[in-house]
Amino acid sequence: MANKVAIELKNVTKAFGGKFANHNVNMTVNRGEILSILGENGSGKTTLMNMIAGIYFPDSGQIFIDGQEVVIRSPKDAFDHKIGMIHQHFKLVDVFSATENIILGLRDEKKYNLKEAAEKVLAISHQYGFDIDPNKKIHEMSVSEKQTVEIIKVLYRGADILILDEPTAVLTPQETQKLFAVLRRMRESGKSIIIITHKLHEVMALSDRVAVLRKGESVGTVITAETNESELTELMVGQKVSLNIERSEPQNPEDRLVVTGLNCTDRDGVKLLNNVSFTARSGEILGIAGIAGSGQRELLEAIAGLQHVDQGEMIYNNPKTGAQDNLRDKTPLQIRELGVRLSFVPEDRLGMGLVGNMDIVDNMMLRSYRRGKSIFLERKAPKDLALRIIEDLQVVTPSEATPVRRLSGGNIQKVLVGREIAAAPTVLMAAYPVRGLDIGASYTIYNLLNEQKKKGVAVIFVGEDLDVLLELCDRIMVIGSGSVTGIVDGRTATKEQIGLLMTKTSKEEADHQ
Amino acid sequence: MKKEKKTHSALFHLVKRAPLPWYWNLAVRAAAVILALLVSAIVITLLTQKNPIEVYSSMLDGAFGTELRIWSLLQNIAILLCISLAVTPAFMMRFWNCGAEGQVLVGGLATVAVMMFLGGKIPTPLLLVVMIAASVLAGIIWAVLPAICKALWNTNETLFTLMMNYVAIQLVAFFLKLFVKSGSGILTPMPEYGLPVIGGQAYLLNILIVAILTILVYIYLKYTKQGYEIAVVGESENTARYIGVNVKKVIIRTLLVSGALCGIAGLLLVGGTNHTISTTTAGGRGFTAIMVSWLAKFNPIYMVFTTFLIVFLQKGAQQISTDFRLPSAISDIITGIILFFIIGCEFFLQYKILVSKSGKEAK
Repeated sequence: MANKVAIELKNVTKAFGGKFANHNVNMTVNRGEILSILGENGSGKTTLMNMIAGIYFPDSGQIFIDGQEVVIRSPKDAFDHKIGMIHQHFKLVDVFSATENIILGLRDEKKYNLKEAAEKVLAISHQYGFDIDPNKKIHEMSVSEKQTVEIIKVLYRGADILILDEPTAVLTPQETQKLFAVLRRMRESGKSIIIITHKLHEVMALSDRVAVLRKGESVGTVITAETNESELTELMVGQKVSLNIERSEPQNPEDRLVVTGLNCTDRDGVKLLNNVSFTARSGEILGIAGIAGSGQRELLEAIAGLQHVDQGEMIYNNPKTGAQDNLRDKTPLQIRELGVRLSFVPEDRLGMGLVGNMDIVDNMMLRSYRRGKSIFLERKAPKDLALRIIEDLQVVTPSEATPVRRLSGGNIQKVLVGREIAAAPTVLMAAYPVRGLDIGASYTIYNLLNEQKKKGVAVIFVGEDLDVLLELCDRIMVIGSGSVTGIVDGRTATKEQIGLLMTKTSKEEADHQ
Repeated sequence: MKKEKKTHSALFHLVKRAPLPWYWNLAVRAAAVILALLVSAIVITLLTQKNPIEVYSSMLDGAFGTELRIWSLLQNIAILLCISLAVTPAFMMRFWNCGAEGQVLVGGLATVAVMMFLGGKIPTPLLLVVMIAASVLAGIIWAVLPAICKALWNTNETLFTLMMNYVAIQLVAFFLKLFVKSGSGILTPMPEYGLPVIGGQAYLLNILIVAILTILVYIYLKYTKQGYEIAVVGESENTARYIGVNVKKVIIRTLLVSGALCGIAGLLLVGGTNHTISTTTAGGRGFTAIMVSWLAKFNPIYMVFTTFLIVFLQKGAQQISTDFRLPSAISDIITGIILFFIIGCEFFLQYKILVSKSGKEAK
């Protein structure tokens, strides 16, 4: 069974707007194999997979399945060739149960029989070691359960070739391990698995072979056992990159921001933050880890004056005046007027941090346009700042008058972080600042955060990659379901320890372990 | 293999294009106008057996034929431009103000009321001041009411402003019923109490006022802090909150500006042009203005051109129907064709079409 070619791509090309997303890509996947597709952002990984899954149609090139040339024009065609894709964003109906979602849209000769379908779902789960309740509604499920439903949906339709687009981005380390075990079992039963990821250690742990894409072209396929992380990085980026993040000892840490007993609820009365207390110190990077949506965003927004706080205090120790100000119930403007130099790099870059349709100069003045008594805008200083950031951070842009939405993700983030740092903050909060960024840009951001730390800024960094958090942060606070489940030392903590804390929902529960 | 490709590859792809240099922009638009004229010519010939050249010259004649027509053209441009300027700040803020019609009408109603009840009773300069204040205030009330409800309770501004139009129309009807003694419903014009005539030209003052307003609105939107806030709120309310903009305040303040400008348009229409009022005084301009503003991409300077285009088409089309005794529908057809091409060419400025040659590899 092994080494029989399941799917082969020959010279596949796809262009968007005159730019090649994929250019003459060649690739083969064998039966009973896990192939990782590795590449920086914008290297064309997802586009390539979408062509196999029938979402895009290639401009040119051929696709062979089991040696036969095929034409895949729609996801239905793909299913007919036993190809199934699990997308990064789930496509499930919230009010339906797992089984209902799985058989949704399926057209076979049989009658609509939920019970029979549920049994088949269970059979598939047992076969591969999934853990699922076929009658559970999607809206009651965790992210990893939803992903399981997506995978079973594909298997139910008889897929032999599975494509997973960044499946681990939303999972905890434990859930990732579980998923990998399932994928390995599928490999043993002869299925071909293509997995897109940009986490190198996962590539090393899981796959048999790695296909590397760079700028839309395939730069080679290597056997995992014969390579290592730094070689893969070099293939991916095209040059040697140091994968070490420096971490200096904090200098004279002082308590800058003391948060005690913070509670927030949303409009429907659901608790977002539950009794959150912590201290951010100057000259230190405080990491925040947790499953996506555990209250990280709300916490930062509460500090920034964007989220209503029911209970609790946020005391800012002003290093200049020595004053202690409570930031609670203050608008962002009032916080600024207090002399609190708080910078915030929000998660939603173009929806909150920047205005996509405005140029770099106009985005620079978002924070500072009020300066001066004149009713007119002053664009000279923002323009100088824009030019300085473009030069210092090597922002790739046609000019400072280019709308930021035309820039790539990494350059957008450089503009945003650059602006927030230019305000000479004493507290810098960054939510997922490297999400979607390629390796080079990510390291630029890490270096910028480190520079701020050395300048004595209290840095709060919300991250998703635990390896990075462990390398970069001095202390790591773990949040689970809106509660702080632990604060650990970044130098001594392990990934497993943090992963375990992430799945807890309260401090007490965590302490019981 | 080749056979398969022929049957399966799409006939053409749409591809978003990089922004074009300005001369290409201009060239594509010019080509659209020429194409539109050609297509209209064919339609005219087919439908009426008239010589299209004659029809077009009659159109030009209608717009520019006599000195009076040119003044009338400019006057109509001024009024439409004024209303377009009025809706623009709201639209930039993504506040869909469909109530310009009503806001203009109440502005006019306030003017006519002042003319009727105070005209001749107080000195003329004072009368003018009261007229301006009343019309601006009326326009503001009509625009700010939906804005307050939107800001406080997030009501739907499109429905609210649309319904305010009907209230305005009924108010005017009620006013006419109540105060027109003859019962005919037609109020005799009162030019003696209108805006002053300068340079011997009835419409010159209107045109000058709107010209100044155009420049002011341009500066307001582009170079002031308030204009910047409008743009930020329009692009993303989250960003506005993030930088500490009071979104509610900006919504109300912007509609204050929008309503005031509509009030002025009402003043110019009633005090400076008709010297009377009817339920159709605004004449749908409140809605045409939305199109003008969008076509000009909310840039007041471009709006001068889009207003000219629309008013020219209207005037020219009227002339065609009278000259050739054609039903007025034919002029609507021509206007429709021309607008179709001009709006349609935007698509070609944004996208390019790649026709795939079957069997061959693309590039």
